[in-house]
Amino acid sequence: MIRYIIRRLLWIVVVLMVVTGLTFIIFYVFPTTDPAVLAAGRNPTPQLIAQIRHIFGTDRPLFTQYLIFMKHLFLGDQYGWPGFGFSYQDLQSVKQEMYSRLPVTISLTVGAAVIWLLMGIPIGIVSGLRRRSVADRASMLFALLGVSVPIFWLGLLMLYVFWFKLGIACSSGYVPIFKTAGTVGSYGLLPWACHMAMPWFALAVGYAAFYARMVRGNILETMSEDYIRTARAKGLPERSVVFKHGLRGALTPVVTMFGMDVAFLLGGAIITEVTFDMQGIGLYAYRAVINSDLPAIQATTLLAAFFIVFANLIVDIVYAYLDPRVRYT
Amino acid sequence: MAEPLLEVKNLKVHFPTEDGLVKAVDGVSFSISPGETLGIVGESGSGKSVSMLTTMGLITRKQAIIEGEVIFEGQDLLKLPADEMRTIRGAKMGMVFQDPMSSLHPFFKVGDQIVEAIRAHQNLSKKQAMEQAIDMLRRVGIPRPDERANQYPHEFSGGMRQRAMIAMALVLNPDLLIADEPTTALDVTVQAQILDLISRLKDEFNAAVVIITHDLGVVAEHCDDIQVMYAGKAVEFGASRDIYYSAHHPYTWGLLQSIARLDADVDRLRPIKGLPPSLIFLPRGCSFNPRCPYAFDRCRQEEPELVPANGHHASACHLALADKERIFKEEVALTS
Repeated sequence: MIRYIIRRLLWIVVVLMVVTGLTFIIFYVFPTTDPAVLAAGRNPTPQLIAQIRHIFGTDRPLFTQYLIFMKHLFLGDQYGWPGFGFSYQDLQSVKQEMYSRLPVTISLTVGAAVIWLLMGIPIGIVSGLRRRSVADRASMLFALLGVSVPIFWLGLLMLYVFWFKLGIACSSGYVPIFKTAGTVGSYGLLPWACHMAMPWFALAVGYAAFYARMVRGNILETMSEDYIRTARAKGLPERSVVFKHGLRGALTPVVTMFGMDVAFLLGGAIITEVTFDMQGIGLYAYRAVINSDLPAIQATTLLAAFFIVFANLIVDIVYAYLDPRVRYT
Repeated sequence: MAEPLLEVKNLKVHFPTEDGLVKAVDGVSFSISPGETLGIVGESGSGKSVSMLTTMGLITRKQAIIEGEVIFEGQDLLKLPADEMRTIRGAKMGMVFQDPMSSLHPFFKVGDQIVEAIRAHQNLSKKQAMEQAIDMLRRVGIPRPDERANQYPHEFSGGMRQRAMIAMALVLNPDLLIADEPTTALDVTVQAQILDLISRLKDEFNAAVVIITHDLGVVAEHCDDIQVMYAGKAVEFGASRDIYYSAHHPYTWGLLQSIARLDADVDRLRPIKGLPPSLIFLPRGCSFNPRCPYAFDRCRQEEPELVPANGHHASACHLALADKERIFKEEVALTS
């Protein structure tokens, strides 16, 4: 198992290198706009553009640029390790920016994940066990609506109703839990939770709906397995048939899904962040692409890729623990 | 004959479906005494499994319409509340299923699954229960049972899994063991071992055994009585030797002729022509008449009753007894 994990970790490094290469080709080799032109402002002189190109390093040969990028990534740059360079938009450290934005995206993702698990799994269980009941039909209606409703629509609607009209919810924007050097305005656990509540919910609804459907399907399938009949034939009480034998089989596949979904959102929950004006990784990535901010694009892409491959490894390890048939060597 | 352990009287199990009422079991009666082995034989959809699942109280479809009586040790199981039925199931009646690959939970250790069965009925510590479980695994012929108890089902071969299933079914020393096609999913070489094991344990535990199978050949030497079922009804009942050496029902003849044999001079197997009837729209008269080479007018009009021919041996067929004996001698005995 240890050897397996080490091998997988080495592979993660390889995958991430490939990702940097691909990102480099897409954005550096075929850029949509010259970042230097964008940065130079209106009516720039050719000398100014050349000067900015020199500062950005985009005047060098492409391969040299990539080598310098890799060198900074592995050995660090003027902002420390890992070196992601400076943003073309404000000439500030990309790494610093990412660090200050990561808590926003993590808060959003983790909170939403807890909500969608707490909603989706129980709804799916009830609905799978009481098939064709009123509860099942109501759940499946919720699931249909939940997967159909766009996050930005639901988010704006919630802001309009609960904040603007009723005034019972906190406004958009992010409020940190702890005061740090960069903190402007309020902070603390309650304001944080209050401002997170609607984004959490808006983000969680679609996933909760999807998870409810998935769990329902898994329950239906598991409860018709032969081993459930065996459990009943042993004379086990129905609740241990369902909650021990049934759920174990039905919920194990959810782990895979959950790991991937969380990892995907940690890379930036773009729509939710935009809707609720939260300065997270997603919004940063979005602005980086719009402004051809190449170092920021590289950094956000690499972070997103890292979360995905790392979550993959975690999921595989957890799965081996949950399902004894799965063994790695 | 001793007081029967289990007596099923006129059992009917019907399932309403969108296409109509499925009469899976339609008026079946049989009884079994302690120490006896009963074979229930029939093809897929004949109602053999459903009737025994009903006896175990394992029909979970709420819409199922169940009528008749299932008297087990003096009480009618069909009238018992669910929680009382649960205390009988597993403790006084054990069941072994067809496919040991899918009948054990893949995520739990074999020993723990047996321990769970013990602790569902007896107030024992996990340690005591595990000792019992290991002892039981030894008795069903699993080598190194203390190590095997700590393994998962996927680490067992098919035959070993079925042994573990048998251990689980017998660990509480039940009075009745129901084996639903216990050898169908196993290699031929393992089949005989499992049947021998069941027979041996039946004597050791002094239990009654019901073996459900579609293969008359399999149960030949292991059953005292055999009941042949077709389309939800019993078509023939008798002692094992009556069925093998003087079967009275054309369907049983068909089953006998379709047993693969090495010792008889038969070039090819003789399958029963046609398909089992729809359990929603049964043929008029005898359910078997469309497939029966000996059917005559009466068979298409009137449903035959299960009538005793000589004491223990009964069949549901309109043919005259003399004709049945003649046809068996001339056509069936030669090839089977």
